[in-house]
Amino acid sequence: MKKLLVYLKPYWKVALLAPLLMVIEVICDLSQPALLARIVDYGIAKGDISFILRTGLLMVGIAFIGMIGGVGCTIASTIASQGFGTDLRASVFRKIQYFSFSNLDRFKASTLITRLTNDITQLQNLVMMSLRIVVRAPLLFLGGIIMTIYINYKLASILVFVIPLLILVFTYMVRKSFPLFTIVQQKIDKLNAVILENLLGIRVVKAFVREELEKLRFNNANEELMQASLNAFMLMITFMPLIMLIMNIGVVSVLWFGGLLVDRGDMHVGQIMASVNYITQILFSLMMIGNIFVFISRASASAERVNEILDAEVDIKNTSNPDRTPITRGEVIFDNVSFSYDGQGGELVLKDISFTASPGEIVAILGTTGSGKSTLVNLIPRLYDVTSGRVLVDGKDVRDIDLEVLRSAISAVPQETILFSGTIRDNILWGNESATEEEVIESAKIAQAHDFIMSFPEGYDTVIGQRGVDLSGGQKQRIAIARAIIKKPVILILDDCTSAVDLATEQRILKGLKRLKRCTTFIIAQRISTIMNADKILVLDDGELIAQGTHLELLRSCPLYQEIYKSQMGEEVLVDA
Amino acid sequence: MLDHRGQRGSASPSFRGPGFRGGFRGPGFGPPGAHFVHGAVKPEDPRKTLKRFWEYLKPHRVKLLLIFSLVIVTSLLMLAGPYLIGKAIDNYIIPKDFRGLLRLVALMIILYVVNSLLIWLQGYISVRTVQRIVFQLRKDLFNKLQSLPLRFFDSTPHGDVMSRLTNDIDTINMSLGMGLTQIFSSIISIIGTIIIMLRMSPLLTLVSLIVVPLTLLVTTLVSSRTRESFLNNQTILGQLNSVAEENINGLKVVKIFAREKREIEKFESINEELRRVGIRAQIYAGVMGPLMNVVNNLSFAFIAGFGGWLSARDIVSVGTVASFIIYSRQFTRPINELANLFNMMQSAIAGAERVFKVMDEPPEPVDPPDAVELKDVKGEVEFRNVYFSYKEDVPVLKDINFHVKPGQTIALVGPTGAGKTTIVNLLTRFYDVNSGAILIDGIDIRKIKRSCLRSLLGIVLQDTYLFSESIKENIKYGRLDATDQEVIEAARLANAEHFILRLPKGYDTVLTDGGENLSQGQRQLLAIARAILADPAILILDEATSNVDTKTEKQIQSAMLKLMEGRTSFVIAHRLSTIRNADMILVINNGEIVERGTHEELLRKKGFYYNLYMSQFGIEEKVTEAV
Repeated sequence: MKKLLVYLKPYWKVALLAPLLMVIEVICDLSQPALLARIVDYGIAKGDISFILRTGLLMVGIAFIGMIGGVGCTIASTIASQGFGTDLRASVFRKIQYFSFSNLDRFKASTLITRLTNDITQLQNLVMMSLRIVVRAPLLFLGGIIMTIYINYKLASILVFVIPLLILVFTYMVRKSFPLFTIVQQKIDKLNAVILENLLGIRVVKAFVREELEKLRFNNANEELMQASLNAFMLMITFMPLIMLIMNIGVVSVLWFGGLLVDRGDMHVGQIMASVNYITQILFSLMMIGNIFVFISRASASAERVNEILDAEVDIKNTSNPDRTPITRGEVIFDNVSFSYDGQGGELVLKDISFTASPGEIVAILGTTGSGKSTLVNLIPRLYDVTSGRVLVDGKDVRDIDLEVLRSAISAVPQETILFSGTIRDNILWGNESATEEEVIESAKIAQAHDFIMSFPEGYDTVIGQRGVDLSGGQKQRIAIARAIIKKPVILILDDCTSAVDLATEQRILKGLKRLKRCTTFIIAQRISTIMNADKILVLDDGELIAQGTHLELLRSCPLYQEIYKSQMGEEVLVDA
Repeated sequence: MLDHRGQRGSASPSFRGPGFRGGFRGPGFGPPGAHFVHGAVKPEDPRKTLKRFWEYLKPHRVKLLLIFSLVIVTSLLMLAGPYLIGKAIDNYIIPKDFRGLLRLVALMIILYVVNSLLIWLQGYISVRTVQRIVFQLRKDLFNKLQSLPLRFFDSTPHGDVMSRLTNDIDTINMSLGMGLTQIFSSIISIIGTIIIMLRMSPLLTLVSLIVVPLTLLVTTLVSSRTRESFLNNQTILGQLNSVAEENINGLKVVKIFAREKREIEKFESINEELRRVGIRAQIYAGVMGPLMNVVNNLSFAFIAGFGGWLSARDIVSVGTVASFIIYSRQFTRPINELANLFNMMQSAIAGAERVFKVMDEPPEPVDPPDAVELKDVKGEVEFRNVYFSYKEDVPVLKDINFHVKPGQTIALVGPTGAGKTTIVNLLTRFYDVNSGAILIDGIDIRKIKRSCLRSLLGIVLQDTYLFSESIKENIKYGRLDATDQEVIEAARLANAEHFILRLPKGYDTVLTDGGENLSQGQRQLLAIARAILADPAILILDEATSNVDTKTEKQIQSAMLKLMEGRTSFVIAHRLSTIRNADMILVINNGEIVERGTHEELLRKKGFYYNLYMSQFGIEEKVTEAV
């Protein structure tokens, strides 16, 4: 939490002003019962009406000064906390943008989103609360005690018994209730998981006629949640009356001992009235403090999660003096490249790979799942760094090239198609914002997307939902390809991105790509028919490059290739997806 | 004097401190806008919803009556406190009657002890009752979901259903838990306080009531603006969240396209906007506290000053002034609170309305009384003049007719969207035909008990859903009473055993997120094992198309063949070998069967199928030439 306070620094003036204004408000609040005591003890007792009225007016005046303090504190603390939240959010977002793929593998998208939104909102609220209530509660608490002593120190001795008792009960409750509510949260999560599973897997549930089983599963989770809630709430409903009882007995004690003191002439009636008020205030400030603890412990969990992002080491970044000369040729060389997701000493996913892709060549990569195909192409735009060896683009080690220069020369269509909300045109233009309308259509035509786009009534202005839910898998893939083409890349990477496109269309896409001038293309595919016209085919097996060459060469020399070919051509995919 | 409203049966660990000045300042403290945003949600027909909700309360009506009686008693006891303090000052402390004071003090202690006990009792009963009611509501809603047809799940976003089962029921929980009793006790307090104050001193009551219109004015003035600005804040926050969500979900693409800078710009502009509206909303919300505080302090000052003046003239006693000061505090707060409570109740009713809406969805039609339980099914299937559409005016299947003999394999072939999956949906009665009929062993499937029909059918989809339980439990889903030995046997037959044994805990490995830790091919092998265990008479298979490597592909293929042996099978086919081996190929295009027959017959026809095949064959020919 402390680390994050840096983000409050730009707002230190208002952040300092807020508690000061709060002090004003608290002082005003605390002075009211004391003034009341004076009215009763001096005004009423002596029948001094002008004193009563003057004091009454003073109280009204003080009430307004308190208001200025309170409203001012609200404004100052809001400005400070909103500023804090805004800056922190921006900085976390910025950090996430520069996360490398291995950072992203470690943080799930959903947790990144909650950290960026909910957790930061929690922290922002904590800051606002700190500047107001965290100042107010102890002030009221201490002020209440001081005022009670000031009014009559003998009567104040009641506090010696009441306050430790209250503190004891409070700490006990905070300690006890916290784990209980954690359990409630766990049970809620469990219940939600059952619900979600039933929504996602409803076809399976229905197909196997397992409705009764699922009802039972839900019932168990529901029952557990109810039990956990009961446990937690039972604690709460026991504590509240208990605390009230302690406090009310304190008030009754004030009446009794106050009465005795009045009898001995050590105290006035008005002072009893004021003391009752102060004791009430002390209790409520304690309640606030208890609440603050619950809140702080919740927020510190948030702070931890946010710090985890800010502290994450980004392993892929520019060197101090990166090469900014544009990439023009598109030559790619792998020079004894080995790679492990766990760094040095980890299990190697790629072992000692060497090959050269000349400018403009089409290089296909073939191999079983898990053989390292995607990993290999991910090294070219430096989405991961090699563990040993070098990847050279235009003769330069990719680690020396400016990341933006490198990546703007490369277009990649990943396996999982991700489109953004907006129109189809927006999505294609996403690849290159300065592209003209002709270029958009041209790219869509090459990607074999133009025809189906035009079949929509809105054409290129068709709005697609978040992550493109309205389109079929094949249609999404084709838009993603168009988006990659419009960037006019020097190097194009297609990672099994035509899997949902039928064969005939796929062939047309590949033909179109061939016409793109001077673009080195890498294609990963499962189907041999997709790749057999490539200039060079790399055959990967378990991270090793076991053969490279043209289709015909491999057919003659590579047993694994022959096997794959036989199995596929014997029983090839007929059509579509 | 203390009072306890705001804590009673409160469902949250926080205590909303009543009575103290300023205190926790309403919204802006908890989740921002929690109270005010709710104000915007208005139920459509509250009376009807409440009436229906009463059905849930009715079984507990004795307890509810008890709770409300306790609320009345404790509220009245609370009112007695300040009155007795005034009495103590006037009757005993000033005249120095200590025997009397002792008696009164003893009485007060008894009163407070009794009151605390009653409050505890009331909390105890209401927490139990409310939890029961909420439990029942959740249960009913979930059970209802299980009976709904697939059409509901296909047409309602999951998030929407989730939020009804969680958020809406939570809101109901909260407002039942504290809202209802709070409203009740607030009203009793207000009325009781006024009556007592009037009896003590009508004149001073008038002075105390001066602040009431002020309170109302401040509340309405500020809270309507707060609501508006919070709504605005929520909208922008929603936008920011969706920008962030989209960005993070697509972050790998962002990086590939080196678009980080643009994305940061986009985020920062909306983040700034959020700061702007956030400051406005939080100030409005936060200002409520100090404003109520000043109103309280003013009333304190009025009563002190004016009461003092009256007291000095012996019109009222000092004790009365003391009582009034405490009453005035107890008095402004419930007024202020009622507005919030009203919003809360409103959103709870709206929540209940949304819950009931799901409960009113028509369920899958119940089996007719004469529905039969099929035994010893041969597996003969017939589609007779079947028409179907998901949406009116958009026919998906048109006049589908075919007849399958027991044990035959049928390959369904055709482009995406042709209607292959719909045929599966109809056969399983996930959807019912619009016209025509589907018959199994000559019996219309609508006349077969639904549970019987579905256990006759085994379905293996290409994107299989698995549950976040152990592998064993997932396979057992096919037959719940299967022994471990049978599970292992099924996994072996499905070619799944080798990969299962390689997992850290073998069959006891727990899957995460519906099997995300397995590859698609592995998931499908498990689905096949599950189907093998279920031992259905009729099989429906959806072949995988992509992202499955050749080796796994072969394993799936051979497992499927084993599964298909001796059973009537429908295969949504992508593999040539499957298609070649099928007894009949149905070529579907635009919701119609355009061609049917065996592979050879269809090739000879030189029609639609021939063209599909040739686009493949053409390539093959070229390669063969080259070799």
